[in-house]
Amino acid sequence: MRQGRYVIELENKPSIIGWSSVVGKTESEGPLGKCFDMVIEDERAGKQTWEEAESELHKTAVGLALDKTGLKANEIDGIFSGDLINQCTGSAFGITDYDIPYCGIYGACSTSVLTLITAAISVNSGAMRKAIASTSSHFCSAEKQFRYPLEYGGQRPPTAQRTVTGASAAIISAENEKNCPIITKVIYGRMKDLGVTDANNMGAALAPAAAQTIADFLNDTGTSPSDYDLILTGDLGQVGTELLYELLNKEYKIDISACHNDTGLMMYYLEEQDVHAGGSGCGCCGTVMCSKILNEIQRGEKKNTFVVATGALLSAISPFQGETIPGIAHGALITAP
Amino acid sequence: MDISDKQYDEMVKKASPNSPVWLDCIKAFLIGGAICCIGQGLFNLYAMLGMNDDEKKAMVSITLIVLTAILTGIGVFDKIAKHAGAGTIVPITGFANSVVSPGLEFKSEGFVMGTGANIFKIAGPVILYGTSAAMLYGFIYWLITEVIM
Repeated sequence: MRQGRYVIELENKPSIIGWSSVVGKTESEGPLGKCFDMVIEDERAGKQTWEEAESELHKTAVGLALDKTGLKANEIDGIFSGDLINQCTGSAFGITDYDIPYCGIYGACSTSVLTLITAAISVNSGAMRKAIASTSSHFCSAEKQFRYPLEYGGQRPPTAQRTVTGASAAIISAENEKNCPIITKVIYGRMKDLGVTDANNMGAALAPAAAQTIADFLNDTGTSPSDYDLILTGDLGQVGTELLYELLNKEYKIDISACHNDTGLMMYYLEEQDVHAGGSGCGCCGTVMCSKILNEIQRGEKKNTFVVATGALLSAISPFQGETIPGIAHGALITAP
Repeated sequence: MDISDKQYDEMVKKASPNSPVWLDCIKAFLIGGAICCIGQGLFNLYAMLGMNDDEKKAMVSITLIVLTAILTGIGVFDKIAKHAGAGTIVPITGFANSVVSPGLEFKSEGFVMGTGANIFKIAGPVILYGTSAAMLYGFIYWLITEVIM
């Protein structure tokens, strides 16, 4: 059911009955290290290539979520997944063996929420009874595709962010099970491009899209930031968060600073771990949401959390062709049962 | 959203921290200088071993390239370069690292389509435009010294 111009209300209240998060070593050494289900310390996860390693993370995350709920893969009607690698092979190759009807989705770093809300809408409509939303990113495979070889001795500017090595999965069910977080409202964002061309300043490219989606959501639902325990953005990092506050204040007269956090800022100790402006990647918002956040909602510590994952819609070649970087932000309101 | 691209660009510039230029310069000077001292040390060493001028010059370059390749391979070079910046990029060490690092990275796609096709991915522009500039310089030099004068 539509609410206002952009928000979709899920009247059948699909619930998240299981979730999992798998991260790499650096992420496990961050402030949230203990919240994640599993740490794979080997960067190659026992495989030959970075890409295979990412697929292994993805596979492990989906397997863990299934184990936690006691479900078998053949009880799942569909899996929505995506990642950052070309043609989404990081996720596709990881979940081939599960033999679940598959829908590959690309939304750059917003994929975590994009897959979640698409799965939730499918379940809400009755098209699927149980669906999985999963996503992954890997520092090494992302560096290889979008930047320089790992051993190349370049310097990163202070605005750069570190791609999170991690995968997450969430199982969404039509049956409202006890104590499980519910996805009540979702919003697909609109692309926003304010002419940013610096691929080393993702926060700047993403902030306008995040501001737009948050403003649209608050406007359509007739709510204000104080109605939420937490407004959680994907991977804006330090620069993007500052710009988000400024844009919301200037353009929409909205102040979210009292109830806002950003997964890019939560993932690492910025100074000690030398990650510059923070974390990024599909796995950043995905693993934080599918660990700390959903755990807190389930324990009743948080009543309602609006998660907004942001994505920079550039390719490895588009900046060299003079294209600017459009941002996108998708949101899901997750509430306690 | 009414904000123009130009206004937003101003906001971005204000919000984005700059690199610590002075600290970066000092680190580049010290580490870059140290690499040059090592080069000079090697030069003197090869002189003691009785090499002639051409041999000494070639051997200094070769030694620095091999050292860089080893440090790149064992994952140490990028940790030094992170601090040194131009201090490691400008000497021949930077060139060696820019060839070895993609060579390693793309090994997973095989020796032909991986390492072979990508090894000059970073150094390629330097080779292309460096040799082109050298040719142009040589031509101008020839024009001035042989034709005009």
